[in-house]
Amino acid sequence: MNSGRFSCGVVGLFVVSMVLAAWHLDLPLPALAGDTLIRLAMNGVLVLSLVPMLQAGIGINFGLPVAIVAGLLGMCLAVNWKLTGMAGFGAAMAMTVPIAVCFGYGYGRILNRVRGREEITATFIGFSFIPLMNFFWVVAPFTNPAMLWPIGGQGMRPTIGLKSTFDKVLNQLWAVKLGPLVLPLGLLLFFLICCLAIHLFFQTGTGRAIRAVGENEEFAGLAGIDVHRMRLLAVILSTVIGGIGICVYAQSYGFIELYDAPMMMALPAASAILMGGCTTSRTTISQVVVGTFFYHAIYILSGPLANQLLVPEVAEIFRLMVTSGVILYALLGAGRTR
Amino acid sequence: MKKLAAHVNPVPVLFVLLSLVALHYSEMRPVFVVSEVITRFIRDGVMVLALVIPVNAGMGLNFAIVVGAICAQVGLVLAVDYGLGGAFGLLFIAVIGVTLSVVLGALIGRCLNRVRGREMITTIIIGFLATSIYQLIFMVGYGTVIKSKNTEMMLSRGIGIRNMIDLERFRNLLEVIWMVQFGELKIPLFMILLVLMFALAVSCLQRTLWGRRMTAAGLQGERVELLGISEEAVRRQAIVWSTVIACLGHILYIENIGMLNVYTAHLNSDVFSCAALLAGGATIARARVRHALIGILLFHTLFIVSPQAGQNVFGNPALGEYFRSFVAYGTIAVALIFNIRRGEERMEDSE
Repeated sequence: MNSGRFSCGVVGLFVVSMVLAAWHLDLPLPALAGDTLIRLAMNGVLVLSLVPMLQAGIGINFGLPVAIVAGLLGMCLAVNWKLTGMAGFGAAMAMTVPIAVCFGYGYGRILNRVRGREEITATFIGFSFIPLMNFFWVVAPFTNPAMLWPIGGQGMRPTIGLKSTFDKVLNQLWAVKLGPLVLPLGLLLFFLICCLAIHLFFQTGTGRAIRAVGENEEFAGLAGIDVHRMRLLAVILSTVIGGIGICVYAQSYGFIELYDAPMMMALPAASAILMGGCTTSRTTISQVVVGTFFYHAIYILSGPLANQLLVPEVAEIFRLMVTSGVILYALLGAGRTR
Repeated sequence: MKKLAAHVNPVPVLFVLLSLVALHYSEMRPVFVVSEVITRFIRDGVMVLALVIPVNAGMGLNFAIVVGAICAQVGLVLAVDYGLGGAFGLLFIAVIGVTLSVVLGALIGRCLNRVRGREMITTIIIGFLATSIYQLIFMVGYGTVIKSKNTEMMLSRGIGIRNMIDLERFRNLLEVIWMVQFGELKIPLFMILLVLMFALAVSCLQRTLWGRRMTAAGLQGERVELLGISEEAVRRQAIVWSTVIACLGHILYIENIGMLNVYTAHLNSDVFSCAALLAGGATIARARVRHALIGILLFHTLFIVSPQAGQNVFGNPALGEYFRSFVAYGTIAVALIFNIRRGEERMEDSE
């Protein structure tokens, strides 16, 4: 049995046992299910952004902070010009795309240099990009006082509230209330459209070429595919989707988090896609959806369960443990099958 | 001139230049900077030395030295729990820490033998996982499964250890030995000699038969099996040594500070140590003991002066802080981007 499917099965059993425990402790299951769905769609696009790079054989995008910063810049521009509601959210995404293309181009060029060790290099590109951007956030010439420090009026705040701009525009779009369960149809639909778009992209000629590079680079090169170009394209695509992903995340969360916040965001996303049973050689969209659902079911359930059973701090530590445990297991599993 | 440039690693030169510029703008007194650098040298020196062996074994930077630091902290917490102190207490900590490090190091070595070519990312993830397991044990396990003898270090609810443990019994145990004073400058001669002794030990270890086998494995990969050297065993032992040295280094670090930040003291020790080693001119494929020693001095000089320089030049100390983090992470990123070629060639050779 391949290691991806095995870990997916184990995690699935674990989620089921958590649900049973929650049911046994009389926790409000429908409300928890609603929260899980919101978190699924809120984080789903970020997880989806790992797919192109995995398909191109570059591995897990531990440099996700680069993409996230592109999204943060786009959103900050939208907030700076006081664009509100759906228009503001759309403008934020529209401005994210060109920024992400530029970032992704540079990032992809570097990753093409370091073939074979992309993951560790990507990790440190992400880590070092954050303090570099911190410089920018301090001196950036933004003018909307809602984003700047109240005293002195220079430098961005670490968290920018979106109440007056596009807080929860997608979450509240076509939100249906079924008893205690709130179904955020608009948000889910947006996530599904993104998934479908990626799925369709990988059916086109370019998408197939990227997949061919991921499966066998030498063979793809002999078949006349420009390997470097396809890898670059995959990185740019990953960066663009990641930028849009953080826009979706921020509107759902209600805050833009700057400075050191994006530093560790790659790990939950990587863990989620690996929980879905993805291996470095094969990734499907259904793995993204299933994995993200599992990850956030564990996320949502661990809080109240920890409160009931043990010490509240357990939840956070436990999540970190599961996150890194799943990634480590996947790394070890991939090593064995090679 | 061109020939000279090819032989000199530009990274240490860059660090010297940056340090000098930052020192100039920080307007700090050189005596103060020197005494701070000496303190950092005796605190972090051994930790950086722990990285040298795995690099030469061809495994890259071992970010799992965090695990060694965790072993040291387990020993420290147990010593405080049993109310031990003084030299005997230190010995107890070292024995507990080293035993744990040997076991965990062998385990990590086994893991790394399965992930050839991706050792570094795996060690980072192992570090994260070890941190969360460690936090789980001491925040939840203590008081529920493990009974503590020392109620003073427990949180008031009876489960979990306090964030800070005072190590009064261990403070100034080693620093005061052979303390030499030059005017304002205090030099703890014994501690410096201790770090240099570790450096000598690592250097000697690499000259032994085992060390030569390890270097051969690092350079030639699986080909050394033809010479009757078990490459997997050598790699495993390299990680065990690294973890043990890191554990001892972290004991010195905590002992020197005199306080144990139970849940956070070990974080970042990996990144800063790796950056220091690379600042001294090491690459991810080749490191010498002198790279480690030079690297600590250069890296920490820059670290000490940059916040004040940021304050004086830009009027904002935060900018200096960001510059520090950027230097730490950026050094590693640059080393990975520019040194990857050598590793790549070796990997292609062995296939």
